[in-house]
Amino acid sequence: MAKIEFDPFVLPFSMGVLILLGILLFKLFRWLHSFSDEEKKSLKEGFTLDNTWASIKEVVSESLFHRKMFRRNAYLGYMHMTFAFGWLMLILIGNIESRIHSGAHMNFPYYPIFFKFFVHQRAFIPGGQLFIFLMDFFLLFVISGLGLALYKRSSSRIFGMRKTTKMKGIDKIALTALWFIFPLRLLAESFTSGYSHTGGFLTGTLGYAFAAVLPVESLAYPAWWAYSLSLMTFFILMPFTRYMHIPAEVMLIFMRNYGMKTEPQHVVMARAELNACSRCGVCVDDCQLNEHFAVAPAYFFKEVREGKASDPLTLNCLLCGRCEEACPVGLHPNEIRIGTRLQKAPVAEFSYPYLIHGATQMADVVYFAGCMTHLTPGIKSSMLRIMNSAKVDYFFMDEKGGVCCGRPLKMQGRLEAAKSLMEHNLSIIHQAQPRMLVTSCPICLKSFKDDYGLEIPVLHHSQFIALLIEKKKLNLSHLDLKLAYHDPCELGRGCGVYEEPRQVLKQIAHLHETEHAKQDSLCCGGSLGTATLSPAIRESVMQQTLDVLLAEDPDCLVTACPLCKKTFHNATETKVLDIAELVADSLVASAGSCLPDGSLSSKYQTLKTGKDV
Amino acid sequence: MATNWGYSINKDRQIDLDIADMQVCKAVLAAEPSLNLCISCGTCASGCTAASYTTFSLRKIILQVKRGETAGLAKEVSHCMLCGKCQLACPRNVNTRNIILQIQKALEVYGQN
Repeated sequence: MAKIEFDPFVLPFSMGVLILLGILLFKLFRWLHSFSDEEKKSLKEGFTLDNTWASIKEVVSESLFHRKMFRRNAYLGYMHMTFAFGWLMLILIGNIESRIHSGAHMNFPYYPIFFKFFVHQRAFIPGGQLFIFLMDFFLLFVISGLGLALYKRSSSRIFGMRKTTKMKGIDKIALTALWFIFPLRLLAESFTSGYSHTGGFLTGTLGYAFAAVLPVESLAYPAWWAYSLSLMTFFILMPFTRYMHIPAEVMLIFMRNYGMKTEPQHVVMARAELNACSRCGVCVDDCQLNEHFAVAPAYFFKEVREGKASDPLTLNCLLCGRCEEACPVGLHPNEIRIGTRLQKAPVAEFSYPYLIHGATQMADVVYFAGCMTHLTPGIKSSMLRIMNSAKVDYFFMDEKGGVCCGRPLKMQGRLEAAKSLMEHNLSIIHQAQPRMLVTSCPICLKSFKDDYGLEIPVLHHSQFIALLIEKKKLNLSHLDLKLAYHDPCELGRGCGVYEEPRQVLKQIAHLHETEHAKQDSLCCGGSLGTATLSPAIRESVMQQTLDVLLAEDPDCLVTACPLCKKTFHNATETKVLDIAELVADSLVASAGSCLPDGSLSSKYQTLKTGKDV
Repeated sequence: MATNWGYSINKDRQIDLDIADMQVCKAVLAAEPSLNLCISCGTCASGCTAASYTTFSLRKIILQVKRGETAGLAKEVSHCMLCGKCQLACPRNVNTRNIILQIQKALEVYGQN
């Protein structure tokens, strides 16, 4: 088959593909070029066969089949799968079919796409019937997804989404072009089938029907033109719209598997994440601030991508992490938001030349109450009672003149200032040479775990109490109370601590699970993640959360964060307690001896810092 | 010193509108209106970590901003750790952390050395 089949209508498509490839290659080159030497080194280290294989598996399950989307909502997953998997199948099968037909190894890219225009009698190709069926089947598959997409625009409820993303300008044009591609393909193929009396169960039948009422022979050619033009429009607009997520997500999956991390100071990975956001809008519903500000990543990322990050969207976020948990692409909006705050921060830095070391004492356990705990003295004294009762050998690090852990500064993007506080605290911890660090504040916990690089286990007091109970160091009575437990953002989503507080509470009273528990827990509104959010909006967030927590009318609302406690405390008649306070209440008498060698921390010994403790 | 002369020669503390730099105050107020809620009770300063090491006092800083005395304020403000204890303690619900951040920002634009 030396003859090259050609028609002018393939030109728009071919041009679109060329332009798209050019822009993508340019973007990729520029992106790879902007890696720092350190990042290049870690990329080289992570570049292994295993990691590549893992990436390929992830690309198939996430980018093609949209597993996480399915888990969120079956309709939503199906819709995304039809477009990704269905379209890929059309391209692949079309390629195979056209190559078998032409017998050539290489084709012009347009040839398989417009194969049915050039070749009508496909039944004579080896396996022709199967190809005809498959091509029609996958076209129908994509169009069924398109039907869902159209329906989603008018009513997003069945997709588990109350709201869908608002779109403007160029995104709308690209979306329209995308929506037109498949119906136009269907029309073009049906018209052609109509006059050539070919086609499968879909195009053949439709073609037969069209031929009865329409002049299909003269309509077919314009339809092929329109199909080609819609493809061109979509391809050229793709790099400048949210559809950039298609190549960017694949790229991101590989980078992540090669060990690249998204951190506030690393703009390179942040850029990949920004591009990988498809603006699917799953985060919009989960954002408690959505009715006040469009801070959800779907909107915020768009601004950052366009270099126009506005103050309200950058600064008003509570950093509760609900969007991060919901994101089907596994993006890190909190890190990117902190990174944006870092870029927007004034030149003037905070500095602490005045800090001096107090007396340090060697101990098994270093206890760091945290600033917020100092304002909720009940928690502090309860922890001291518990530790004394269990005869723990501890050093109360911030008993007098304690210094902030640095996380509040970090959350405002003040990384340098945060670092100087961390260095101060680190030197105290090193001097005490503890076997573990226990803190009462989840904000501090997150900081100690993620940013301090400590080699010892870092435990929240709820974990520590669970450990003491497990080692039978505490003699607790059972309280006849119906409890509701609130998962603090930083403790739950931030550090992955969900089970230990529940174990402890089940031990001492009756715990009732509320709606929105664990990963889906709501924010109390008191978060230090934002400095600008007004008290009125904070209160509305709190009320929303409180309504959920108190729905079953518990005797006592228990939380594990001094800030959450303080926030809820004044807003309800129900008793609000920290888990440590409740445990201290149920304390009967001291049991056991002092901290036994190694046994207490053995469970955590193998785990270094990180989210897994 | 303890002698009561019936008068004193302390520095005059009236606001001199010719020297007062009200731009910082205006900028902070525009960005964080809760500045107006402050009654200078000093609860913020009483629990402050930075205040236990230095002369740092949010109460004083707010007073100075309101009086237009911005000289030397930048250094004073830089001692804050943004830990948020003041915000939790404030009986008037003043958004103290943002006030610090806004003062810092405004000083960069309008501030004197």
